Amino acid sequence: MNKSYLFDKYEMIVGLEVHAELRTESKIFCACSAAYGGAPNTHVCPICLGIPGTMPVLNRRAVRFAIAAGLVTDCEIALHTHFDRKHYFYPDLPKGYQITQYDEPICQGGAITVETEGGARKIGITRIHLEEDAGKLMHDGALTKIDYNRCGVPLIEIVSEPDIRSAEEARAYLRALRERLVFAGISDCRMNEGSMRCDVNLSVRLRGESTFGVRTEIKNINSIAFAGKAIAYEFLRQAEILEAGGEITPETRRYDEATGTTVLMRKKESAADYRYMREPDLPALMISPAEVEEIRASLPPMPETYRRRFSEAGISAANTERLTETPAVAAYFDAVIGRTDAAETAANLLIGEAFPEGESAPEIAPDALSWIAEKMHGREITAASARKLVSLCCGGGDPEAIAKRERMFVLSDEGEIEALVRAAMQENPDVVRQIREGKEKAKQVLVGAVMKKSAGRADAQITRRLIDALCR
Amino acid sequence: MIESLAARLRAGEIRARDLAEQSLARIAERAETNAFLTVTADLALAAAEEADRRLAAGEGSLLCGIPAAIKDSFVIRGVRTTAASRMLSDFVPPYSAAVWENLAGAGTVLLGKTNMDEFAMGAAGVDSAFGAVRHPLYPDRIVGGSSSGSAAAVADGQAVFAIGSDTGGSVRVPASFCGVVGLKPTFGRISRRGLIAFASSLDTVGIVTKTVRDAAIVLDACAAPDSGDMTSLARTDSLEDFLRAIDGGVRGMRVGVVNNPPNLSPDVRAAYRRSADSLAEKGAHLIDITIPSADDCYTAYYLIAASEASSNLARYDGIRYGYAADGASFAEEMSRARSAFGHEVKRRLLAGAYALSVDGRAEYYERACTLRAEITEQMAAQFALCDVILIPTVSDTACRTDEIAADAVPYRAIDSLCTAASLSGMPAISVPVPTDGLPIGMQLIAPRMGEAILFAAASALEAENE
Repeated sequence: MNKSYLFDKYEMIVGLEVHAELRTESKIFCACSAAYGGAPNTHVCPICLGIPGTMPVLNRRAVRFAIAAGLVTDCEIALHTHFDRKHYFYPDLPKGYQITQYDEPICQGGAITVETEGGARKIGITRIHLEEDAGKLMHDGALTKIDYNRCGVPLIEIVSEPDIRSAEEARAYLRALRERLVFAGISDCRMNEGSMRCDVNLSVRLRGESTFGVRTEIKNINSIAFAGKAIAYEFLRQAEILEAGGEITPETRRYDEATGTTVLMRKKESAADYRYMREPDLPALMISPAEVEEIRASLPPMPETYRRRFSEAGISAANTERLTETPAVAAYFDAVIGRTDAAETAANLLIGEAFPEGESAPEIAPDALSWIAEKMHGREITAASARKLVSLCCGGGDPEAIAKRERMFVLSDEGEIEALVRAAMQENPDVVRQIREGKEKAKQVLVGAVMKKSAGRADAQITRRLIDALCR
Repeated sequence: MIESLAARLRAGEIRARDLAEQSLARIAERAETNAFLTVTADLALAAAEEADRRLAAGEGSLLCGIPAAIKDSFVIRGVRTTAASRMLSDFVPPYSAAVWENLAGAGTVLLGKTNMDEFAMGAAGVDSAFGAVRHPLYPDRIVGGSSSGSAAAVADGQAVFAIGSDTGGSVRVPASFCGVVGLKPTFGRISRRGLIAFASSLDTVGIVTKTVRDAAIVLDACAAPDSGDMTSLARTDSLEDFLRAIDGGVRGMRVGVVNNPPNLSPDVRAAYRRSADSLAEKGAHLIDITIPSADDCYTAYYLIAASEASSNLARYDGIRYGYAADGASFAEEMSRARSAFGHEVKRRLLAGAYALSVDGRAEYYERACTLRAEITEQMAAQFALCDVILIPTVSDTACRTDEIAADAVPYRAIDSLCTAASLSGMPAISVPVPTDGLPIGMQLIAPRMGEAILFAAASALEAENE
């Protein structure tokens, strides 16, 4: 059955809650490593295990990352705030409460602009607050095992306004948010490792209505693509219920990757009572305007800044997209465009020959890449040599010295090339005859022969021109 | 007392080992007081020998070689720590409390862990899972709590001094009933790291001694800023400041005397008047002041303490440490494990969980917090008029143990006169004053970080005692 009419009749109202783990070395309230993984229960100490008598000691780096997250999403930073305890019993929560921020989050009232097919859309950010992550349960047959390594890893929770109206907008928002957090060095946002997780709040209403419908929450989605699929599915599920005259019940659901559907986890018959309380073991969190400004000044450029600079430097849209995938490559290429006018050539060389894996920076120095691009652009070395040279310069090395040693500079002396052309013609009389008979393709054989004699250094244009002239 | 012992230790007249052995013998001989839950005899003798070596080398502070006890709510690495609860009857902590690290560093000899009311909840000393502490001087009377064993041990000569904790009077009340000095320092003076939490915004590390000078000496050794307790405070004074204040007396000191005294027993009322007169005779000016009502203080205290307790004790689910039970689900296992809490603890956890709940928070927790702010403001306002406040520690002397057994309600408010200082984070000290009958303690309260003036005023009352 074609359901597209439901999209015309109903609209979705979506708000997203994104949890991102901060890139601190240590946990938020103790000195344990905050690194992902590790043998179970090896990144733990009395504090993060909630052993009686222990007290939290705030990791100021986590506060600075949260401030940075607020700054890259245009939030107001609260200069005087505090922590609260949120209580619930669960085996992965060793203190019986999570230290979080309830009524006074560290950041409020921001927005990010996202690009969608329908143009730019501004998505409001209600709040960002700091909190600690919980441990992980692993079910092993009848046994449940608990790994507390993640317990106490610093998190920010970023709550959007219910401004999102389509799965595409949700994906664009998540991509933009992730990009900003990654570029600012706040979080590595690896959704497969759970360092970025997303909860979707979604309700449906008839187009043109101004009140909100009953919403459901889809918890713990671990990829942007799944978030889009979960939203698309949940919209149709709710719209079909409404279309059939039914009612939406408030409930918590999860996205099932295997079936591409959302599945009921629990009904929200009454709001959970977390018995929020001020955290008495931590003094009020004071942030000075000077600290905020210092963090603002130290923020690296955001992806749109790089995109603008690259585009102004003449980089194609496709190359710009590729070069702004990771902050390491973007920052690297930002250095390259300052060093050469042959930026697009440099971009092509980098993408073709020396694009790094993962999140690392290219292995070739920006100076070396710029030099090679310029020489190629000025036809002093051939494209083939340039590509080879880029590979040779990965891991260091002076491109000019290597180019000289490898005799890569283009041979542009017409006399020398003419001698080579004549020699090639002498060795390939059949080919010369074919050319003279008008077989254009045969010229390439002569070009190849000249290249072979010159070790690839002969200027291809001059070579072709001389072949044309001498084979006439 | 500590100074004379320290002088004899230095002069070689006695050895730390002798003091430790005497104390251990006294503890064994007086086992019926039930003051100790764990006696660490081996550790004590080893520490005493180390102290003797340091003393022989001319090293060591005033507390080097002095035998002392610590409440069982402080963790010590490798030493069973129960907080007098079945929940922790087998708990051996992996680290040591900051206060104990400081004292051990000074050469103090640990005799053992003292009995207490379970998780420090109780003002009578009868709510321990391991039996009530018996009053060393008046065996049919309650000893007071929750630092019951610490006060009894010092009063009975089992330890030279003892560390307790004071959340709403838990050091001052038993000190008052036992006739010893009990100090509740400014909130944050002594690191709470390693103190098993009851109500974190009120919990303080307290000190029980025989004399006010001893309290000053022990406070000096315990009070150090600790990066592991973000609420701990930097030092602004030294032992010399405390002793100079004590020697300086009370001449010219403005002592606030409450003009709205609560329902004091005749004995306590008479002792209160005598104490005020005695300070006046020594040159202090008596100033009429009004302090927040004991009812308001007690209400705010009870609700905040119960709320924070319900939060702090949420960690006892039987999974990682403590009493564990089997069940078909996590909820069932946890609920069975938590049955190991005693009756008084359960009562407060229920009250606290309700006070924080969506249904109860506006009426209870939030109102209690507002009341606390008002009380703190009113207390601070009194210190525009006076330098120190004088008020009895408890409105009556210790009742009989059988009276407690018979009636569940009134004894819970024994500590109501102590709660104003706790709510406002101000330091307070209970000092024994002369009496014909049961011990009576007078309480002095000073502004935050005003321990020096507390020592001066308390010492003047104590001199009267001798």
